[in-house]
Amino acid sequence: MSLVASRIGVTVGRAELLRDLSLVAECARVLAVVGPSGAGKSTLLRVWAGEQAPSAGELRFDGRPLAQVHPTSLARMRAVLPQASALRFPLTALEVATLGRLPHPGRGETRRDRDIAWAALELAEVAHLAERLAPTLSGGEQQRVQLARVLAQIWEPSPEHPRRYLLLDEPTANLDPGHAVRILARLRQFVRATDTALVLVLHDLGAASQCADDLALLHAGRCVAHGEPADVLTPERLEACFGARFDLVPAPAGRGFAVLPRPPDDLHA
Amino acid sequence: MTAARASLSAGTARRVRPVLVGLAVLVVLGALLQLAVGAAPLDLAHAVGCLVSPDPTCEPSERYILTALRLPRTLGAMVVGAGLAVSGCAMQGLFRNPLADPSLVGVSSGAALGAGLAIVLGRALPVLPGGLTQPVFAFFGGLVATWIVHALARVRGQTSVVGLLLAGIAVSALASAAIGLLGYLADDRQLRDLSLWLLGGLGGITHSVGLILVPLVGLSGVLLWRRARELDALLLGEAEAFHLGVDVERLRRRVITEVALAVGVCVAFTGIIGFVGLVVPHLLRGLVGPRHRVLIPAAALGGAALLLFADAAARTMLAPAELPVGILTSLLGAPVFLALLARVRASEFA
Repeated sequence: MSLVASRIGVTVGRAELLRDLSLVAECARVLAVVGPSGAGKSTLLRVWAGEQAPSAGELRFDGRPLAQVHPTSLARMRAVLPQASALRFPLTALEVATLGRLPHPGRGETRRDRDIAWAALELAEVAHLAERLAPTLSGGEQQRVQLARVLAQIWEPSPEHPRRYLLLDEPTANLDPGHAVRILARLRQFVRATDTALVLVLHDLGAASQCADDLALLHAGRCVAHGEPADVLTPERLEACFGARFDLVPAPAGRGFAVLPRPPDDLHA
Repeated sequence: MTAARASLSAGTARRVRPVLVGLAVLVVLGALLQLAVGAAPLDLAHAVGCLVSPDPTCEPSERYILTALRLPRTLGAMVVGAGLAVSGCAMQGLFRNPLADPSLVGVSSGAALGAGLAIVLGRALPVLPGGLTQPVFAFFGGLVATWIVHALARVRGQTSVVGLLLAGIAVSALASAAIGLLGYLADDRQLRDLSLWLLGGLGGITHSVGLILVPLVGLSGVLLWRRARELDALLLGEAEAFHLGVDVERLRRRVITEVALAVGVCVAFTGIIGFVGLVVPHLLRGLVGPRHRVLIPAAALGGAALLLFADAAARTMLAPAELPVGILTSLLGAPVFLALLARVRASEFA
């Protein structure tokens, strides 16, 4: 059971955002999508979310074409965290998280829905902020509240859709290193325990190598490399994609690397 | 944690119940005031007695004033106030903007143009039974104007605030110009009807009008209330609402149709009563929170109370003459709108 993109192309106006891209997100695994800015990472996530129709190629959810899945069914099995969510209305953090339960039969208004929202807030380390108004929270706190909402959406398998999919666009962008590493580890644990497929767009190559089972490196709308993090991340490839040299140091504890970009020699202090 | 969890529900944290009870009390007080005050002041207990029982001390003239004039007007003020406030509430949710208001996005002026057409060109138009020509024209005028504003304000799938305000101003200006033209074409009687109507007053509300107003505004209010959760999801953003399974385009279409129904019908009978739809939901959002399941009924009560008191004031301030209530709500609402604009300007227009 999986989320399959085969030979996807996205063209908006004259800009080709994605080209002939094939990727699979499998259940109980973490797929990290990395690459320089403008490589098409967020576009890929939007295509997978059903938000942007591809101009070429095919998407399948559990073997069914994405376009044939009813929006409510889709919302019960896949949740999406967009890059930045600006909330202007004074909803509390708990109200935001509870809105994640909207696609489910209780419409987010039952006691069970609220318990799930609480549990999701706890996982995202924001349960202590439940009563606070979301727009008054810091950027990192707001991001974790939105993450809790997205987790609440797929907290339980719905009877007709046992598989779940989680698409997160830079969920740690505004988080401090402590929160970032804990949240990513918790997400990994959640995904394994619940047989969920997780797709993460990440800027931090080191964090991606540490938390992902599979890594996809995008550059200029194409998938340059795909596979185990240790195979994908090579200094040569990174230099070709990012235009800088990198040192890859195996992480002293655990898996993955510390990825250290090197300033060009002529700018070296 | 569990203690906090048990004591905390999003509802109680904001004191929803006291606010709703307080608003309901205000509505009752406002209604009683409406019955008692006016060109012929009546003792309140006596007035209520006349209405609820065949009181022998009740003069026929008093009974007439109460049942034929003040009762329909009281009911009308409640329904129109509630309809405008609920519509404003839905518009603000739909546009994710606390400055959206039926009159700002053109539905009122479109409805006014429709009603104006019915007044001035009435004889040339196919006459609908039961005096329905004017409301039907107002309804479609409001619908068309709202759609135009909405289409103009959308740039690359996003509704921009500035675009919304500008498109609303442009469409309203166009409607005003057309209404001006109608005024030029009108005969004396039509001109007087048109000008009085544009000032917005509840004087035209009679029993038969109440029969149309109450069910239609009630229907759209209930329909809007049923969209509460989807409107909540929309507060997160359009993409977020889509991810939660909300069909955003369909929701937008339905809400706009229902708002056009409520506002179009209200405006057809009362003329333009501004700012109720803007100020009431905005003030109440601060008290009961932005969840529409609670905010919509609170706005209905608040709008009803506001218009009851405003109309009672409008009828007594210059007694025996009567001030059009639309002038009063605009005098009250415009400064509040300016204050809102000043507060959001930093974040919106930066």
